[in-house]
Amino acid sequence: MSVEAGSGVPAERPDSYVSAALRSPNFMIGATITTLVLLLALVSFVWTPYSYAAQDIPNKLKGLSAAHWFGTDHFGRDILSMIMVGARTSIAVALVAVGVGVVVGVPLGLWAAARRGSLLDEVIMRANDLVFAFPALLIAVLITSVFGPGAVNAIIAIGIFNVPVFARLSRGAALSLWTREFVLAARVAGKGAVRISVEHILPNITNTLVVQVTIQFALGILADAGLAYVGLGAQPPIPSWGKMLADAQTLIGLAPHVAIIPGLAIVLTVLGLNLMGDGLRDIFDPRLRRSRR
Amino acid sequence: MTLLAINDLHLAIGGTPILKGIGLSVDRGEILGIIGESGSGKSMTALAVMQLLPEGASASGSIVLDGTELIGRHDREMCAIRGRDVGMVFQEPMTALNPLKTIGEQVAETVLTHTAVTPAEAARIARETLDRVGLTADRFPLGRYPHELSGGQRQRVVIAMAIALRPKLLIADEPTTALDVTTQAQILTLLKRLVDEDGMGMIFITHDLAVVAGLADRVAIMRHGELLDTGTTRTVFRELRHPYTRALFEASSHVPSREPPPPSTPGAPPVLSVESVVRDYRLPRRSLFRPPAHFRAVDGVSLSIGRGENVGLVGESGSGKSTLARAIMALDPLQGGTVVLDGETLNAAAGASPKARRKMQVVFQDPYGSFDPRHRVGRLITEPFHLLGRDAPAGAERQKRIAEALETVGLSAGDAEKYPHEFSGGQRQRIAIARALIIRPALIILDEAVSALDVSIRSQILDLLADLSGRLQVSYLFISHDLHVVRAVTDRVLVMRGGRIVETGPTEEVFRHPRHAYTQELLAATPSLERALASGASGAPHGSTGSS
Repeated sequence: MSVEAGSGVPAERPDSYVSAALRSPNFMIGATITTLVLLLALVSFVWTPYSYAAQDIPNKLKGLSAAHWFGTDHFGRDILSMIMVGARTSIAVALVAVGVGVVVGVPLGLWAAARRGSLLDEVIMRANDLVFAFPALLIAVLITSVFGPGAVNAIIAIGIFNVPVFARLSRGAALSLWTREFVLAARVAGKGAVRISVEHILPNITNTLVVQVTIQFALGILADAGLAYVGLGAQPPIPSWGKMLADAQTLIGLAPHVAIIPGLAIVLTVLGLNLMGDGLRDIFDPRLRRSRR
Repeated sequence: MTLLAINDLHLAIGGTPILKGIGLSVDRGEILGIIGESGSGKSMTALAVMQLLPEGASASGSIVLDGTELIGRHDREMCAIRGRDVGMVFQEPMTALNPLKTIGEQVAETVLTHTAVTPAEAARIARETLDRVGLTADRFPLGRYPHELSGGQRQRVVIAMAIALRPKLLIADEPTTALDVTTQAQILTLLKRLVDEDGMGMIFITHDLAVVAGLADRVAIMRHGELLDTGTTRTVFRELRHPYTRALFEASSHVPSREPPPPSTPGAPPVLSVESVVRDYRLPRRSLFRPPAHFRAVDGVSLSIGRGENVGLVGESGSGKSTLARAIMALDPLQGGTVVLDGETLNAAAGASPKARRKMQVVFQDPYGSFDPRHRVGRLITEPFHLLGRDAPAGAERQKRIAEALETVGLSAGDAEKYPHEFSGGQRQRIAIARALIIRPALIILDEAVSALDVSIRSQILDLLADLSGRLQVSYLFISHDLHVVRAVTDRVLVMRGGRIVETGPTEEVFRHPRHAYTQELLAATPSLERALASGASGAPHGSTGSS
């Protein structure tokens, strides 16, 4: 006799993620924009309309035309080429910075969660609070004043800022998992904290981390543009979106497109990443997924 | 006169039929018990009456409350009916109250929403209602917050909110499932008294036949969204007309057939020997300059379990039984005492060695939380092989052990490739048992292992456990708040209260002739199907007769 209902938690299968992704407008729009920006950056390695550094003073501050799709700047450089190469810089800086945050922050958070309530937990988390208390820009100014400006130092500054974000997030998510019965079962099976963290905790917080990565990535792009704007990011002649904005600032009345185009590039990229993060969160959250059915 | 009449109620959520033509009625002053296992649609029936259906639900048929048709009514009109004409009590008193509001405010809120009274008048009604549910002014002023109350007291507040306006109908959805037995008995008596005093109708939803047998005038039995049997409590339970009623009845009073416990060889070392174990929890610091106080959850407990012996550990929430189990499993450090497991001493400081851990395994309560959702069954149940280190079986031998373990618990070897979400609750509990058995431990700790299961599934799992114990000579420490289950499957029982073991002895002897006052209280509070039916009429617990 079977009088049991098979009701339970919704299935967590990859195929259900895919179909949920296809039904999420946020994710689809965000992913499309992000993919386009990534393609732009990748193409710039093999082809740009002009060299990003090639100056053509007679043709400076030209508007949008067939020869220069996005016009030229005050040195007559092709803006499209600069945007493409700038995308490369921005993405590289943001990606490595987020990578630093994940690689350092997640293990710290997992370690703190595994030793929750101990002195070690306190030390790790209070140190994180300390770092978190300083804005990324301040850390960047600090680092550049010691080591000089440049893309690498921007990466380090934004990366340090990302560490506490991921440490806190993974600690919080891990804490609730540590009380779950399947983790207790693993402890009864004699598994140590490191093993449980890798085998059971980390795979179960990946969803949360992936969502945060997209959001931090967007923040990274913004932070990179901000640093470049104040001259602490990638140095000329390497173009960067923030530096382009800063250069165009005084010319905004004369040739607005020189400022608008890098501005739009930043806005669209950040928007795309944020939409993608929102979409991913909806897709991974079983409650939201169920209510949409 | 009929108060509530449900006729041919159909309900579908997103196209899936949930209720298939339910017809029920409740009179004034009458208690209708709706019994069903999970997924039977009993809660959905209650929500349909409240018109609080989940999104995407469509209902048809008719629900007439005191001459008013409820189906198809606008939500604004339903708001006037909910709380005023129909009150509802939910299962979980911990989450049914707003933690930021005082109990007085929450009870007065019901009054203020529906009637044009002054706040002072509403507060007066709230006071009066709280007095009625047994929360007197001297101990429970209106300014108390939910966190200052115990689970039973909170449930009284929830009941007060539901009955503040003396509704015509009270719907109670598993109102005592989350409570201890002694608290449950008090809440049942209270509900019965309120029904008698106000002459309101009550729908009491539960999965527990024994609770209903002692309370309801009439019962309705549901399965898969259909009403299978209905009638007066006595007729339904005495005549057992429907096969499903009979199956439920048998499952509820099921006692697995067991071989007598092996004769204890004098001088043979016990499988588990616990010697004056102490477990303290640190309380939050009250002052920066004083060390934080401690709460002693387990206070010098000693016990021993022989080979193949099944020992029950009963007690209410907060008695320390789960803390003791965690201490035995070396999940928490001990503050004193020793645990010896089949000759291996568990060290208080360093925890347990793999060699000691190999001797014991555990089955938890929640069949859904017990497994990492991302691993396949084959990987999940072989997790304890970690304890064998290099000796862990590999390759074909490993596959053989997986198949063997799954077949032992009544699943098939092919199930190893599936994910846990593909199984039902009962099957998952079998997987949990397979995981416990795979390294052939001497002791399995069953921490409320059947509490979350429906009665029919529960009886199957109990049969399986009894069979395994006889076949494999494995000992059980069976922790439960359900005295009936403990009585059915254990040889010896320990009664725990306030971190101490207050009574111990052979199960039958303790249940027949409890010596300690607390054991007697527990046994008297436990709803019993036999007792309720033997008492003849459908009366309230403790034999006070109803007035219907």
